[in-house]
Amino acid sequence: MMSHATYVIACYAVSAATVAGLIFWVLTDGRARKRELEQLEAAGIRRRSAEASTGGGR
Amino acid sequence: MSENSLAIRKFSDLANPTRFLALAARALPWLAALTALFFAAGLWLSFTTEGDYQQGETVRIMYVHVPSAWLSMMCYTVMAISALGTLVWRHPLADVSAKAAAPIGACFTFLALVTGSLWGKPMWGTWWVWDARLTSVFVLFLMYLGLIALNRAMDDPSRSARVSAVLVLVGFVNIPIIKFSVDWWNTLHQPASVIRLDGPTIDPEFLRPLIVMAIAFTLLFFTLHIGAMRNEIWRRRVASLRRQAARNAGREQLAP
Repeated sequence: MMSHATYVIACYAVSAATVAGLIFWVLTDGRARKRELEQLEAAGIRRRSAEASTGGGR
Repeated sequence: MSENSLAIRKFSDLANPTRFLALAARALPWLAALTALFFAAGLWLSFTTEGDYQQGETVRIMYVHVPSAWLSMMCYTVMAISALGTLVWRHPLADVSAKAAAPIGACFTFLALVTGSLWGKPMWGTWWVWDARLTSVFVLFLMYLGLIALNRAMDDPSRSARVSAVLVLVGFVNIPIIKFSVDWWNTLHQPASVIRLDGPTIDPEFLRPLIVMAIAFTLLFFTLHIGAMRNEIWRRRVASLRRQAARNAGREQLAP
């Protein structure tokens, strides 16, 4: 029989790992896509609406 | 009349992907900081409040389990509303929202199942029972995985959007089943003790960390969701730019 503390620690460890994984996924995915867009822009490929729009963002 | 048209214009402004990206860039740092703040307070409360006289220290598992379970259902509700946006208004951002939410929902459902199991072993004496609540949440987990697989299987977002939106709406029937399973059937899982018509039945000592953790988890969900939506918009832009580049290249080769 494991002590109650073991279950509590296991619970928080699994949760921390899952949440860290989610944050890592969003950050790395975002960086990779941003890099791809920058490479495309460097190659002179731009969105057709990019010249017309005046809005911010990408 | 003029107010009405203004409201529609404003709403469509908000739903414009470029405007959404600008808004996300401004909101994300604040949301992330707020999430971290609530997690710091929530975790501190989770470990400094007293244990339960029956559950002992394992009551602390509830501060993660209950918010995860709430989020697993809230995330699916967000996806169902997005599915309506796809089918009724055919808005491309709605599909982006549904697609970005699925992996996040799957993770929180996974957490609800695992932390529930880790609580069940010392308290119920078993890791798992096939009672109505546990089974319906497991079905929700499988539905998330199915939707992720479907979204990945189809390359063209405009075609997959309608199919997955219909599937999300069909699956939404599971959400009230999960919520009321503990009232409709005789389950090992306890009935609702926080969101009840006659008020919470748990002691403030446990309610305080639970509420703060629930707010922290909800903020975390929206931070991740907005971030994932931004990534999905970028992914689609990259795909369409590459298609456009390929078309232009083909045209240049054809020209003398």
